[in-house]
Parts: sequence; C-alpha cells; structure tokens
Amino acid sequence: MSTIPLPTKKTPSAPSAAGDPTSTRSITTGGTMPTAKGRKSGSWSTTIILFLCAVTVLLPLYVTISMAFKTGPQSVDGNAFSLPAPFSIDGFVEAWQLTRFPVGFAMSFIVTAGTVVATIILASFASYAIIRNWDHRLFRYSFFYLLGAMFIPFPVVALPQIQLTGRFGLDNPLGVIILATMFQLSFSVLLFTAFLRSIPMELEESARIDGASTWQTFWRLIFPLLAPMSATVGIFAFLYAWNDFMMPSLIISDADMQTLPVRQNLFQSQFSSNYNVAFASYLMAMAPAIIAYLFAQRWVMEGVTQGALKG
Amino acid sequence: MTATRSIVTGGSAQKSRSNKRVEPIYYLFLFPAVVLFTLAITVPGIIGIFFSFTDSIGIGQWEFTGFTNYIAAFSDPAILTSFLFTFGFALVTVILVNVIAFLLAVGLTAKIRFKMGLRAIFVIPMVVSGIIIAYVFAFLFQNSLPAAGSALGIPFLETSILANPDLAWVGIVIVTAWQSIPGTLLIYIAGILSIPGDVYEAASIDGANKRQQLVRITLPLVAGYVVINVILGFKNYLNAYDIIIGLTNGGPGTSTRSIAMTIIRGFQTGDYAYQMATATLFFIITIIIAVLQLSVTRGRSNI
Repeated sequence: MSTIPLPTKKTPSAPSAAGDPTSTRSITTGGTMPTAKGRKSGSWSTTIILFLCAVTVLLPLYVTISMAFKTGPQSVDGNAFSLPAPFSIDGFVEAWQLTRFPVGFAMSFIVTAGTVVATIILASFASYAIIRNWDHRLFRYSFFYLLGAMFIPFPVVALPQIQLTGRFGLDNPLGVIILATMFQLSFSVLLFTAFLRSIPMELEESARIDGASTWQTFWRLIFPLLAPMSATVGIFAFLYAWNDFMMPSLIISDADMQTLPVRQNLFQSQFSSNYNVAFASYLMAMAPAIIAYLFAQRWVMEGVTQGALKG
Repeated sequence: MTATRSIVTGGSAQKSRSNKRVEPIYYLFLFPAVVLFTLAITVPGIIGIFFSFTDSIGIGQWEFTGFTNYIAAFSDPAILTSFLFTFGFALVTVILVNVIAFLLAVGLTAKIRFKMGLRAIFVIPMVVSGIIIAYVFAFLFQNSLPAAGSALGIPFLETSILANPDLAWVGIVIVTAWQSIPGTLLIYIAGILSIPGDVYEAASIDGANKRQQLVRITLPLVAGYVVINVILGFKNYLNAYDIIIGLTNGGPGTSTRSIAMTIIRGFQTGDYAYQMATATLFFIITIIIAVLQLSVTRGRSNI
C-alpha cells in the first residue's frame, strides 16, 4: 500500500525495531487513546455496549458447545440456547467414529504443518536471495513475478490445477500443501523482503569475515533474525491451511484423506436428527485453532495487524 | 501491492549497479520458490486461458472456437447473475464490515473496562473455519430464528431466510461479516492508536465534543487504514465460496451462486472451457478493480 512506509533500511536496532511499529505492539498492551484526561464518564456505558456486541460473537460458539453436549433427543427439541441437560458426550463418541476424527485430524495437521513450514522456508530463502542480489535483473524480476500472484485468486486457476494435480498424482494432501504454499508466497515474500531490508549489512559482513559461507550466514544469523516475521507469516499460513475448505475439497480426491473442515459435509447430506453429533464434530474441528489462539493471542493480534499493514 | 513501489525506490538507493557475479548458492535459494510457483500457478493459468478459446470439456478431443465462449458468457444469464450477485454482496459486506469494525475499534480504544478481554473475544471469529461457522449459522437461521419469529409473532421471520431467494444473501452477508470483522478491526485499532493524543487534547480545549472529535479527527486520520481495509476486504469477498457453500450452497435456485462457485461448477458439469472463459473474465475484472483502487488511493498518504 502506497500509504504505508516500509521500515527504512539500516535501522540500528534491526530485529526489534523492524516491522514492529509501536502502534502494533500497543494493540496487545492496552494503548489507551488519551482522550480528555480525568473524565471517566462513558467508560461503563461503552463497556456495556461492547459487551452486548461481544455476545453476538460468542452466541454461535455457545450454541455449538451446548448443542455438542446434549443428548440426541434434546438436540432436536428446537431450543438451541438451552443448557445441556443431562450432560452427554454421546455426540463426541459418535462424531469421532463417523468422521474418523483421528484420520481427519492427522490430514489437517499434515496439510497445516506442511504449508506453514514450506511457506516460511521457501519465502525466506527467496526473499534473502532477492534482497542480496537486487542489482541483478533476474532477482529483481523474480520479485515482481512472485508478487504478481497477489492478484490471482484461487478460483481463476482452480480448474486447470484440479486437472494437473490429478494427472500428476498430487490429488492428495501433498498437492494441497504445494498449492496453498504458492498462494501464500507473494504475501510472505513481501513481508520477508521488507524485513530483510532493515537488517544492516554490517552484521552480515562481520559473520563473513569470520569465514561463514552464505548458507551458514543464512541459517545461523539471518533466519533467527527473521523470527518475528516468520511468526507472522506462519500465523497467516496456519489460519489459511487449517480452516480452508475450498482447496482441499477440490484437490483431494480420496475422501479418506480429506481435512477436518471438508469432513463436516457428512452432516449436510444426512441432515437428520443427530444435531448433537454434528455440533460435537464441528466443535472438535474448530477447537484446535481456538485453543491455539487463546494461548497465542498476543502474537496472533500483533502478527495479523503487522501482516495486513505491510501486505 | 504498492508497498512494492517503496521497496523498489528503497532498493535503487544502493545504486552501485556492478555486474558482480552472483554467488551460485543464491540461485539455489531463489529457484525452488520460482520454479514451484511457475508450475503451480503460472502454468495452470496459461493452460486455463488457452482452453478458454476451445470447446474442451476437460478431457478428450477439443477444437479451437475463438471467442465463442466469451460471447456466450456475456449473454448467459447464469453467469451475469453470479457476477451481479458477487459484486453486490462484496459491496454491501465491505461497507457493513468497515462501519461496524470502525465503531468497535473506537470503542475498544476508548477508556473502558476489560479492554484486553473484550479485544480477545472480538478476534476469535478470525480463527474459526468459515465453512464450519456457516454450518452453525445455517442451523440458527433454519431453526432458531424461525422459532423466535413465531414466538414473537413476526411473520416475516417465521420461515428460514435462507429458503427465501430474496433474503438468503442477507444471511451470507451476516456470516461473512461475523467472520471478517476481526481482521478489519485490528487494523482500525492500530490506526486509531497511531493518532497522537495531543490532537485530541487540542480539540477538546477548543471545545470540540466527542462526536465532533470522531468525525473531524479520528475519521480523516485513519483514512489510509480505511483504504487498506476496503481493498483487502473487497478482494476477499469477490472470491466468496466457503461460507456460501455452508449456508445456501448457492440456493435457493441459483440466487446466491458466487462467481467462484459458477467457475467450479464448470468442472462438475463438463463446461470446462466455457467456465475458463468466465475465470479469465473474472481475472481481468479483478485486475481492473485492483488498478482502479490503487490509483484512487494514490497520493493519500497519511499513516
């Protein structure tokens, strides 16, 4: 975005200063807009309004949880908002078997981990090569080439991709990892190159004087410095790969290798009376990402803000 | 996007355009990404455009048919309505999401209690899978809302809005907004926090009330962030797929079938070449919009 100044190169305290505007950090540390000091009026009314808004966020999640713990008969009584009585985990037991949860989880895990790792490695590799050889046309053009894909949405190239992955035996989680990584690449390269520019050359030169090769310099010096950006790139790749329905549903041909979000369509076809099973299954599919978020809130909020502003 | 531009100008600062030889290892760093990218995106893209000029059904023999597919697409009501629906939906959603997210951001940066807890809650929808939350909302729209409607005696709500061709899109807007407000909100919070506090102090000394401060100070100063959010959001909503599949599957009839769904259906119905023409048109339109948005926003740098 033309409106956003990228970190100028050669910031003295590169790792912490780069790509971490104070505004981003204050998202997670409070950061009160200093309006008319001393006036406390309105604080409670605003709080209450926001709590009411928060209810709309939590309501669907509450319904999911309470429905999941209901018995079969209670789940069809038409009252979605009642608490489960009696408390039952039958839904989970049945959902576990119906969707073959362990297999689905393993597939989702493989796709997500693969996409996150591949995105971070490939994008940081390419970004490093591009930044260090900016003078060379090949590298400069590669940068714009990789960036061009920001304007190519998946639906545009989906049909040929479905065909090609099928023909080359990639109609499986590996194919999804490759494609998902490639769609994350432009954005990730943009983030990494912006960050790399802020790492002073002197740092690297001293390592080279000590006799480190380019390969060693990258792994021992540059890659650790990139950690905050890798976290941001990783969070975006995680959220995309874990939650996506469109790509796995179209690319993976074997139903048994499907990821968790795709497996949920089971409950759409047999739209019968086992709502508790369906919701237990939804909950099991959503929970890992939500739990991960609750533990990593700070990084997720910072990372997303940073990523979106740079991208 | 335009961040590219500043990278470019930043890059030319280190001018010494020496033609030093590139250490071979750098090719090893660069090529995996470029080669995979070419195979995974560029090649399929070219194949797709190529077949859009044929009568291929995805397999077997095909012949060149020139612009036949494009001409047919322009007069195909199914394609025209899906374009119309998608753009209408994207426009409504982008406005709704930005208004709500901006107001929430103002609230969440004001002096309030439980600030961090509230922020943490508002961000949750971002980590939830679109298709799954769409299934949950579908249940609410089909069961709970009609039940509430008949209990309160509102005939309008007694039937599921997802079953009504004129209202199903409202459900899609609601769920899409629910899921994409957090990302937008975080950007607005960053924007509002970047405004220096003394601006507000000066304004309140001059007698500006809270509402005037909001309209005259906050809003203009976060204009750049509005632009970011509108561009990112619009781009995402144009590709809507998961949430629609989960809520209406394009129905009732074809009233909520997005462009992405129309294209994908080409594979299931054997309209491969025909829908590749749709995809190519969609791609061209996406580019035009991106360029328009960028040229509109150019020169408005205030962050």
